[in-house]
Amino acid sequence: MASLPKANFAFHERRRDTDHESFLAHKGFRWLKIATALMLVVVVSYFLVDVEPRHNGGSWYGYTLGTIGLLLILWLSLLGVRKRKMTEKYFSLKGWTSAHVYLGLALIVIGTWHTGFQLGWNVHTLAWALMMLVILSGLYGIVVYSVLPRSLSNNRREMTREQMVEGLDALDRQLETAAQPLDRDLSDAVITALDQDAFKAGVIARLTGRYPRCATRKALRAFDGTGGNEAADKVRSLLSRRQAQLEQIRRHMKYKALLEVWLFVHIPATILLIAALTAHVVSVFYYW
Amino acid sequence: MSAAARAAALGMPHILIEKTDHLSDTIYKYQKGKHVMATPSNLVLRSDIDFDAGKREFILDTWDTQIADQSVNVKLNAEVVEITGETGNFTLKLKGGEEIRAEAVVMAIGTQGNPNKLRCPGADLPLIQYQLDDPGEYYDEHITVVGSGDAGIENALGLAADAAQGNVVTILNRSADFARAKKANVALLEEAEKEGRLIVRRETEPAEVRESELVLNTRDGQEAIRCDRIIARTGSQPPRGFVEAVGIEFTSDDRAAFPKLTPSFETTKNGVHVIGALAGYPLIKHCMNQGYDVIEFLNGNTDLKPADEPILAEKFASLPGNRSVEEWLETFRSNIVILQELSPLQMRELMLDSTARAYRKGERIFERNAPGSSMFAIAEGSVSVEVNPNDSSVTVPIEQGSIFGEVGLVSGRRRGATIHAAEDTVCVEFTRGAALKLLATAPSANRAVNRISIERQLLQMFGSGLTSDDVAELVETAEVQDKHAGEVVIKEGADDKDIYIVRRGSMIVEKNLGGHEVFLSYLPAGSYFGEMAVIDGSARTATVKAAIKSEVVRFPGEAFVALLDRKPQIRERALRDMKDRREVNSFIESQKHSFGGAVDLYSKTAQFLVDNGIGEATDVLLIDETLCVGCDNCEKACADSHEGLSRLDREAGRTYAHLHVPTSCRHCEHPHCMADCPPNAIKRGPDGEVFIDDTCIGCGNCQRNCPYGVIRLDAKPPPKPSLLSWLLFGRGPGPGEAPYKWRKKKAEEAGTEQAKLAIKCDMCSGIDGGPACVRACPTGAAIRVAPEKFLTFTKLVQEDAD
Repeated sequence: MASLPKANFAFHERRRDTDHESFLAHKGFRWLKIATALMLVVVVSYFLVDVEPRHNGGSWYGYTLGTIGLLLILWLSLLGVRKRKMTEKYFSLKGWTSAHVYLGLALIVIGTWHTGFQLGWNVHTLAWALMMLVILSGLYGIVVYSVLPRSLSNNRREMTREQMVEGLDALDRQLETAAQPLDRDLSDAVITALDQDAFKAGVIARLTGRYPRCATRKALRAFDGTGGNEAADKVRSLLSRRQAQLEQIRRHMKYKALLEVWLFVHIPATILLIAALTAHVVSVFYYW
Repeated sequence: MSAAARAAALGMPHILIEKTDHLSDTIYKYQKGKHVMATPSNLVLRSDIDFDAGKREFILDTWDTQIADQSVNVKLNAEVVEITGETGNFTLKLKGGEEIRAEAVVMAIGTQGNPNKLRCPGADLPLIQYQLDDPGEYYDEHITVVGSGDAGIENALGLAADAAQGNVVTILNRSADFARAKKANVALLEEAEKEGRLIVRRETEPAEVRESELVLNTRDGQEAIRCDRIIARTGSQPPRGFVEAVGIEFTSDDRAAFPKLTPSFETTKNGVHVIGALAGYPLIKHCMNQGYDVIEFLNGNTDLKPADEPILAEKFASLPGNRSVEEWLETFRSNIVILQELSPLQMRELMLDSTARAYRKGERIFERNAPGSSMFAIAEGSVSVEVNPNDSSVTVPIEQGSIFGEVGLVSGRRRGATIHAAEDTVCVEFTRGAALKLLATAPSANRAVNRISIERQLLQMFGSGLTSDDVAELVETAEVQDKHAGEVVIKEGADDKDIYIVRRGSMIVEKNLGGHEVFLSYLPAGSYFGEMAVIDGSARTATVKAAIKSEVVRFPGEAFVALLDRKPQIRERALRDMKDRREVNSFIESQKHSFGGAVDLYSKTAQFLVDNGIGEATDVLLIDETLCVGCDNCEKACADSHEGLSRLDREAGRTYAHLHVPTSCRHCEHPHCMADCPPNAIKRGPDGEVFIDDTCIGCGNCQRNCPYGVIRLDAKPPPKPSLLSWLLFGRGPGPGEAPYKWRKKKAEEAGTEQAKLAIKCDMCSGIDGGPACVRACPTGAAIRVAPEKFLTFTKLVQEDAD
């Protein structure tokens, strides 16, 4: 039916990224393959290498794994810098994330096998425990990153945050005018709803999207049984639209919170981990 | 004003007539504090009044003081309604009956202040007014506002603001949305509509104005509403009626045409002169220089060379033969076919935006695949075109007077062939903007370029081995057709036998499967279609319609068949193309039975993308919202890669099936933003990117012309503290675009005034790593795609299923 004009696709494809793969699938799961291979090598060599009296962090094998693990942790923590540093040379943050995820998971094996399964109540095990905390919080991150974006997108319904808030403001202005002819108690309920800071709530409310003290909902309840009164009907319909708008914003905040909350564990724990690792390494060499 | 100052300096009796109660109305109407630019910077200012880039207030102040100091005779609040008489004895009648006599008249009235009238019967009834001074003075009236721009909306809101006035206000909008108005205004209007304070009628226009009644053309038919007053705010136009009434002829009937002028700015009405925007020179510096020049001419200084003379002299300095500027202009005009109808003034202006160069025999003029959107014309000599990329010895000559390089002009694409000078040659190179202006103002030039470009497109499309004689029959019968978005070019099942080339815009191919239109494929500019029915004589197998406003070239099928009969290698090529298409079609048809849902999704997603401008895009940012976590790292990376301002808005824009089209430049095949750029600062770069260079004057035309809202005007922010000092000590605003407050505070501290200039995505040209938005996406949600590669079944559906 037709012919396409000649275009230099190879050239443009290099500048674009039409791969359209998620960070998990990046380059055909390249980093999953590398991480799996790494873990296999560690597990298999663990049984092949004979360390007397038993595997421990202080053997040459333990030192090797420990060094790999330490360097890996330092490199993995650099993702935070890479993400914020826009250099001119080519790099793919998606590639970095992919490597971060899979190599980070490989640390479970590298770190644990480095201990020789000797855990106790000391600074060494503290480092291991912090590492596991970082990895587990990261695992949560992987899960929410793959599950929640759809919900975030569906809930937005093509609106930006700004438009959502503007929508709410517009409803508020209409409510203020519409509530003028109402009785004292009804208009009081509306005023309370309008005066309340609808988004001020604790961590739980933010993460669950449930706001039990929502004055708009209470105001709506106050309008039960006012059917037939034209002014009251108008305010009720405005209130329920306000309620719906609030819920959309709160859901948006909830998804964003769920997508970000783990970083509040992941990042501080990483910093603690690096501190504990320093203590671990220094003490090991000090008491050599 | 510049003219009056010159006259004052020369001691000529003069009067400066101004309609409003202040001078420099155009600049006066700028918003407060606006930074006014002084371009073109290479043009010297020749005026008794100073002008340099600066704040609106400063310029107005300077001018007012200097006009007063130089004892210029100014008459404010005077509107000329009629000019009669002959050269040496004119009578200017003012509103209010006063008359002024003059020997000569200089018109520098610009193009503003002349509102568009309603185009319907009854448009001159007294209930229509074109301005609203005080909305508070009308009570208990039915008022209709016509116009969907900011002026119309603001008027309507003002009239409806106080319910106690008892006005019933209706605002009409010809289209469904208020695209030309500011968002804030539209929001206020919609809110007022919801509250019932005023009535908004969309897709409605006036059909007839009667006494106290207005007949409307609505989407569903005609309807009459009560109406006591109409406020028409539908923009303004050059006051052509007034100018023509004076006896001045225009170059053509085109709405955008300018008056015919001699080199001394005299119109066809002897003694009346036109300068400035009305003469086609919108830049302030041009206008001021012309004001000076025209008075010098009137004073008998005929030797005065225009202010652009040194610029042109420098341009022509390297040309052989030691000819004067005027001689060169005349050589160009008489030798180059497309320039033959131009006036000397037009020639001068055209050459200001163009360059002339001499090439030695054998010298390369440009190379295949090189970027470039300029057009060349051969003033003296001839050139040869290497038509075969693999064999540089195969060449086709282009003779003196003809043009080349016009393909880049029409489509903004790279050069299709290498061109050498066949002998010692002088060529004129027109920038894209200058060439387009030429085509728009000179119909003969347009026809000539059209014919040549169709012939060359054919030759290029069907590859080597063809000569212009082979396609002569096709070119002869070719017809350029405009197609509006959605217009069907070929209907499935029909038995017409024409073939088409997409000249600009793009097409989508659809097929009716089981009662649904299913999207088959996308055809960008430069494709041909319709040959299947011609070759095998069958009925049309699919519908082809314009994705966006497009231009196609139609050829009768017989001429094409005749060509195929003469050239077996082209037949082979066509058959091969046809086979490929058939395979795609039958693949999608077979999928339809097994995976109806997938085909549906594909069809709808493709349609969604086309609706959102992908149909005219060359490279567009998409966001897969199944992957996007909303971290806005794309925006931050964009800001950090480009002077601290983000050129994309991730959240804004439409979404379908989790595929989001953010507010970001699509790098249109035919960019709307390029259409009306006074300094011609918008260009297409080497990688196909549309970018704005540093000659931008911040006028905002591109922002208004972009249908996708991707251009913003903002001042370059001051530098931020380094990333490390932010990470460790919390200094500065951190990565990404700094908040407005921070930028403003820092700029004030630094004490540097920065003009607000237009900024938009440049596809990170010049940055080795490529587009920062894509590189900085941690999850792979941001992708950049070319429509012809992305609008395929595999990309849209199968990959998604993986």
